[in-house]
Amino acid sequence: MIASTLLAAETTADVAFGTLPSLILVPLLTAAVIMLLPASRADYVKLAALIGSVITGAISIYVLWHFDVADPGFQFTAQREWISSLGLSWFLGIDGISLFLVVLTGILFPIAILTTEPHHDPKPYHVWIMLLMAGSMGAFLALDLLLFFLFFEVVLVPMYFLIGGWGHGNRVYAAMKFFLYTMAASALMLVGIVSLVFLAAGDTGGATFNVIELAENHQLSTLASTLVFLSFALAFAVKVPVFPVHTWLPDAHTEAPTAGSVILAGVMLKLGTYGMLRFGVYLFPEVVFDLGWIFMTLGVIGIVYGAAVATMQKDLKRLVAYSSVAHMGFIVLGIFALNSQGMTGAVVQMVNHGITTGALFILVGWIYERRHTREIAALGGLQKSAPLMAGVFTLVMLSSVGLPGLNGFVGEFLILLGTFSAARWWAVVAVSGVILAALYMLWAYQRTFHGPAVGENATMEDMRLSELFGILPLLVLIVFLGVYPKPMLDRIEPSVDALIEHVEERVTDFYEPEPNEVERVGVTGLIEAAEHGESGGEGEEDH
Amino acid sequence: MSILASLAPAIAQTTEFVRPAIDWHAFAPELVLLAWGALVTVIDLIGGERTRRFMPSLTGIGFLLAMIPVLTLWSQNDDLPRVLFDGAYMVDHYSLVLKGIFLVSAYVIVLLSSNYMAEGDYYDAEYYQLIAASVLGMLVMTSARDLISIFIALELMSIPAYLMAAWRKSDLKSNEAGLKYMLMGVFASGILLYGMSLLYGAAADTRLVEIADAIDTGETTPIFTLGVLFTIIGFAFKVSAVPFHTWAPDTYEGAPTPLTAFLAVASKAGGFVALVSVVLFAFPHQWEIAEPVMWILSALTMTVGNLIALRQTNIVRMLAYSGIAQAGYMLAPLAVYSKVPDLAQSSIVTYLLIYAAMNLGAFAVVIIAARKTRSGDIESYGGMFRYAPGITVAMTVFLFSLTGIPPMGGWFAKFQIFNALLSAETTAATVLAIIAAVNSVIAAYYYLAIAKQMWFLPAPDGDHSPIVVPPALMAAVAITVIVTIATGSVGVGLVGDATDFVELLASP
Repeated sequence: MIASTLLAAETTADVAFGTLPSLILVPLLTAAVIMLLPASRADYVKLAALIGSVITGAISIYVLWHFDVADPGFQFTAQREWISSLGLSWFLGIDGISLFLVVLTGILFPIAILTTEPHHDPKPYHVWIMLLMAGSMGAFLALDLLLFFLFFEVVLVPMYFLIGGWGHGNRVYAAMKFFLYTMAASALMLVGIVSLVFLAAGDTGGATFNVIELAENHQLSTLASTLVFLSFALAFAVKVPVFPVHTWLPDAHTEAPTAGSVILAGVMLKLGTYGMLRFGVYLFPEVVFDLGWIFMTLGVIGIVYGAAVATMQKDLKRLVAYSSVAHMGFIVLGIFALNSQGMTGAVVQMVNHGITTGALFILVGWIYERRHTREIAALGGLQKSAPLMAGVFTLVMLSSVGLPGLNGFVGEFLILLGTFSAARWWAVVAVSGVILAALYMLWAYQRTFHGPAVGENATMEDMRLSELFGILPLLVLIVFLGVYPKPMLDRIEPSVDALIEHVEERVTDFYEPEPNEVERVGVTGLIEAAEHGESGGEGEEDH
Repeated sequence: MSILASLAPAIAQTTEFVRPAIDWHAFAPELVLLAWGALVTVIDLIGGERTRRFMPSLTGIGFLLAMIPVLTLWSQNDDLPRVLFDGAYMVDHYSLVLKGIFLVSAYVIVLLSSNYMAEGDYYDAEYYQLIAASVLGMLVMTSARDLISIFIALELMSIPAYLMAAWRKSDLKSNEAGLKYMLMGVFASGILLYGMSLLYGAAADTRLVEIADAIDTGETTPIFTLGVLFTIIGFAFKVSAVPFHTWAPDTYEGAPTPLTAFLAVASKAGGFVALVSVVLFAFPHQWEIAEPVMWILSALTMTVGNLIALRQTNIVRMLAYSGIAQAGYMLAPLAVYSKVPDLAQSSIVTYLLIYAAMNLGAFAVVIIAARKTRSGDIESYGGMFRYAPGITVAMTVFLFSLTGIPPMGGWFAKFQIFNALLSAETTAATVLAIIAAVNSVIAAYYYLAIAKQMWFLPAPDGDHSPIVVPPALMAAVAITVIVTIATGSVGVGLVGDATDFVELLASP
């Protein structure tokens, strides 16, 4: 099904060739330009990085604009032979699953560059950021398994240097831990990829790394596909991170510079969940169908565990980091629910988590810049000295909690709905994560912004206008996607449905357990119904 | 008188000896290097002190001149393979790619050596002549398809290296390096010769193809099995495979650093070429003996090399052990050579090419850094990003390439190894691939430890004066950086095509 739509897309691809490659090349060229700039002119360096990332972001918006809503397959495909004897090619394409992740990458990077300032060496800092942008874009666009793996590995290097070079406190340790953890997990993935290609060479007519051909044609034995899937799953699980391989994340997040945390949470964690969808579910539907419950269980554990640990944190940034573990647990849950609501919700939640957690990290970064501490106990009463920041923080925090009307609600609701129809009790436990989120977030907010302002807290500088301008796009998205998620869902759903159809084709005893109501009103209708019904009740919480 | 008369017919017969037709063009790279080496020696004899400072440039030009026939031979694609000396010597794609690798590596090593030798008060003219002789051995090795020519090439390659390892005459460590290297080398040669004599005894021929055929038709005898084992072990010493690696770290540390680069890259590659040729061409039917040996050697070499490298505090020793581990990766495809001979061969050559670039580059940085810090301690690299950003970036490229992170060449080298192993589709091969994958993570730790020192940690003595990099070393770093990045990014297709030796094993 996807293959046939791809063939149709290929005929029109000539016009669009260059759009997707430029998403990778523009940041790459920007990095090269920055390298040529004099190190003494920090303003030029930042301006160049900003221009490069804004251009890339604009191209991603262009892709969003011209994205064909009706087409569930890969669009804007660009393919060039690379090493024909090995079946490698530069194969890029975008569908509803990757579209918003690409746009998210295009939006978050300029904001991260604009709103944060490295405390030394701006030139190499911005070079690494731009290389990171190129790598992240490449990973979301690659439809060649090896090409994806290369980008998946490439992004480790800039992030390693960002954490180790510009981080706080225990930065070198955190950088090493981050790199070794993720590299150890993905080392076996390369073995898995090459094994898959050779084992499937007979079915695909010669060795190929083309994901579509592999997914449609490979006939691996159950044992072989289970082993290969596990080699993939480990790499993705560490990246997400799924409990119990999440321990690198709090360290990396806490020690990373603000922009590093924003990108790490907003973009890089998504590589894991995106990989699970694109290369886990798509390539190994049988295995995912059999072993999905393991990941759902780990996802639920992540939700509850992440939330519980977040509640206990003394460091505001670490708290946000652990809230990431919980939120990513929701996404994993949605993916392995293997139904339209769950997966659509997972994709939506990936984007929303990127926006919300990105904004949270920026805010925490600003507080740290002003107060030189992230200890919740040392903060308090900031509402009085920084009312604007308190307002913005409230909005972002409520989005993170999942308040109806804000973006966080849409994804979590869909995921819970999907999980409920697939595995009832998992959903029941997961719902407690939503309540816990309200607990740790509101409590943290209360301790930070309410109460009497003592000492430096009373004189803290409020948000500058330029800062508000920088974070404004995220705030707009938080509200817009919460109120009117339809355009987003319309683009995600067809691709997710095509993926589920693919699973149904490959797995004989699988059919999508769809509640009748969904068939009638569709996902969007459900969301709207839910918001009208519930927003009054939960809205009181924030007063 | 009568004796002479009786001998006359015999003498008459021998005068009828007809010189075999020699394909001079095919033999040109070796001849050019030989002639140039002789010329340089003569110039040195006549010129003495006056011509000393031209020696490195002259030697370097010699290597580049020898590249010309390699390129012309490559361009006459249709004439390949060219067979010389009744099949004992063969010029094909495989040997030409390797000749190119050896000549360019040798050129880079001359660049690395020139300042080191000139400033260190060594006998530098002789040093370059010995390098040229050793490289000549390597060139011969790439084409040798006969036990005798392989052995001669191996000795021609090794004996100058024994001398050069002890070049820092007044330094006991260097003396130890040379002595250890020579004793172990001679010991290995003995074992190798013994193995070869057994092979000859069993096959009654020294040509590799004939050995393969002779054994194919008959039963494998114990004698032949012993011959295979001894030959492999002999080469295992040369490529410093565990457990025959013990000479390498001491020799590497004691020898002059440019020569260490030569030993770790060119010499090791020479050993690998011999091993690959013998195993692939002479033992195609003996895989039942050779493959398990290779499997064990490979797994041991990469694991032990990496584990010991973790604990090193001296960068040269660390590179020595990392080189041992890398040799383990290169041995891996030989554990499946019977199933995928062409992939095994091309993956090893790919690895040699990329390994040469990234390792020579790393050694170049070590030599550059030592000019300032006068130390080989990894800690002395602290803060280098502050005062030498260019060198730091170059070293980072080499380190991440060694780790196997794209877009540096190292990933493609590893990928090709995995390709060869996994296309065999056997459990043993898959297990070896997993061992290699785990090892690449262990290796990441110690490579990153250097990057960490250079980027994140302060300079140990607070000395932030910049490093003066002489042009020759700068050129060496530039060449190796370009090759390292190109082989992992834009040039991957090119490397893939150049090392596609499918036609080779089909032809006799």
